Amino acid sequence: MSTISVNGKELEVDEEGYLTNLNDWVPEVATYMAKDEGTELSESHWEVINFLREYYEEYQIAPAVRVLTKAIGKKLGKDKGNSKYLYELFPYGPGKQACKYAGLPKPTGCV
Amino acid sequence: MAEYEIPELREIPIIPKIKEGVMAHSSPFVAKAPIQTAIGFPGELVDNWEGKLLDKMDDLRGRYRSLQVYLDSCVKCGACTDKCHYFLGTSDPKNMPVARQDLMRKVYRRYKTFAGKFWGKLGMPWMVGAAELNKDVLDDWYSYFHQCSQCRRCSVYCPYGIDTAEISMAAREMMDSVGVGQKYCNEIIGKAQTVGNNLGLPQPALYDTLEGLEEEVEEDTGVAVKFPIDKKGSDILLVTPSADFFAEPHVDGLIGYAKVFHEAGASWTLSSHASEAANFGMFIGSYENMRTLSQRVRKAALDLGVKRIIFGECGHAWRVAYSFLNTLAGPWDFLDQNYPIPQHICEYTYDLIQNDKIKFDKSENDHMTITFHDSCNVARASRMGDKPGGQFDIPRAVIKAACNNYVDMPEDTIKEATFCCGGGGGILTDDLMEIRVKGAQPRMEAYKRVVEEKGVTNLAAICAICKAQFSKVLPYYGFGMTDIISVHQLVGDALILSDAAGDDDSDDSDGEE
Repeated sequence: MSTISVNGKELEVDEEGYLTNLNDWVPEVATYMAKDEGTELSESHWEVINFLREYYEEYQIAPAVRVLTKAIGKKLGKDKGNSKYLYELFPYGPGKQACKYAGLPKPTGCV
Repeated sequence: MAEYEIPELREIPIIPKIKEGVMAHSSPFVAKAPIQTAIGFPGELVDNWEGKLLDKMDDLRGRYRSLQVYLDSCVKCGACTDKCHYFLGTSDPKNMPVARQDLMRKVYRRYKTFAGKFWGKLGMPWMVGAAELNKDVLDDWYSYFHQCSQCRRCSVYCPYGIDTAEISMAAREMMDSVGVGQKYCNEIIGKAQTVGNNLGLPQPALYDTLEGLEEEVEEDTGVAVKFPIDKKGSDILLVTPSADFFAEPHVDGLIGYAKVFHEAGASWTLSSHASEAANFGMFIGSYENMRTLSQRVRKAALDLGVKRIIFGECGHAWRVAYSFLNTLAGPWDFLDQNYPIPQHICEYTYDLIQNDKIKFDKSENDHMTITFHDSCNVARASRMGDKPGGQFDIPRAVIKAACNNYVDMPEDTIKEATFCCGGGGGILTDDLMEIRVKGAQPRMEAYKRVVEEKGVTNLAAICAICKAQFSKVLPYYGFGMTDIISVHQLVGDALILSDAAGDDDSDDSDGEE
């Protein structure tokens, strides 16, 4: 089992780098993972990450893409409420890359 | 973009020179013990696994006469060798269907035939194409049986009709039975059996998502198109892949189905208990898991008191539904026998079109020129309508009813000769990205041809796996990820909605025959 070192703590991650224990998440986890993939997290990234975490808290699953784009559109304006904007922020896919930074499990299935 | 070479797209596809062992490193993540045990398999490689695996082989040979015939009847004619998209895309000779079959056949010969036992005892099993079963062979199985998407293209060209898909399913079942399973498939099967769908979308999340879609469609069209779920007493139960709720371009297909139902005045519902059409039990050859998943559809149909079952756009789900549903979850004597049991959403829409019950403004899709990707499981393992070839003609007829511009890809890459998207059969996972990209080459070559020669702009499909796979691999070949769309997105975008207000209390679905 691999681990990542955040705030002096060793946190367990799975084969693909997703946190094994959701409760291990602290904001520095996102910063660390993003840096590892060569991304500096901006305010815009955090808007998405925070929404994912709030949604997960309530529904125990990452939001569907249209739920996410709608929420982001409401918050940041209609021009940003689409997946093009989200892919600009998270080129490996908002569902997968953003979930990873947010400490959520990877969405499974035909997606 | 990747650490491996992306295959070139050539003008004239040429069969590649073989490169031995180039894909031997490709192997998906192994399922951990909790995933395995949750669906009835040992948690890790068991003691005396060789014996147990061979016992399982006997069990499956006994259950499936086809497997026995396939193991015995290959004459090494070579007709299949250049038919697999994974061989064409990788040049690895073990991706030739005959070589893939031989991974199992050589073990079968060694332990289950007189010649193999005889020469095996003399230490020369290779004299008769037999081989000892050992860990290296098992590793080879794990690697190369996860480089088969069970698309059955090879079986079309085999003079004996040997179906590598069935061998590959049996191999995975044998491996699972000794504790070696694939993480992607087996985790998903577990989720679908507990939560009700592959994504693990719980009921409240489904409700929230559908409510959002209702708002979105009403905003877009001004019409209150409903997305009912768990609505007892509905006529129709729609069972659709959970990706339709979650991902793009899938969700636009779901919106299309809802608009069609709305316009037909149908009383329909989704179910949170059976919120998944996909049945990954088939990919791992596990009859028991396939049955458990299918039983959810039966329970939902009974609980909701529906009269009909319709399946959404999902390739292998339609194979399971069309070919096996009666055995797995029947009898369906409580459903309305005047309709196909089950029915495909394309058949449903097609009937409405034939009977002039729905109308289109085709110009809505004029900014696109469409081609259709026949999904392997629909094309080669099922049918639609009541005529041979309906599974090819009906989706095309639906597209053409909604679009002015339609072109087919080259003849030898469509219909029964269709190339797999490269992600079917349980390999649609990031840890198999290389084989997915390389296996998509033949389809991408055919697509490129119509893009360049006929001005095609988009590829439409009726399978959740195809849609997810293409949105991932299209960019590797220089195309846009949004080139891939749902057939029912085309339908939904061009469908003329009458401005019916408050018709969620719809009348009986007398719309189509």
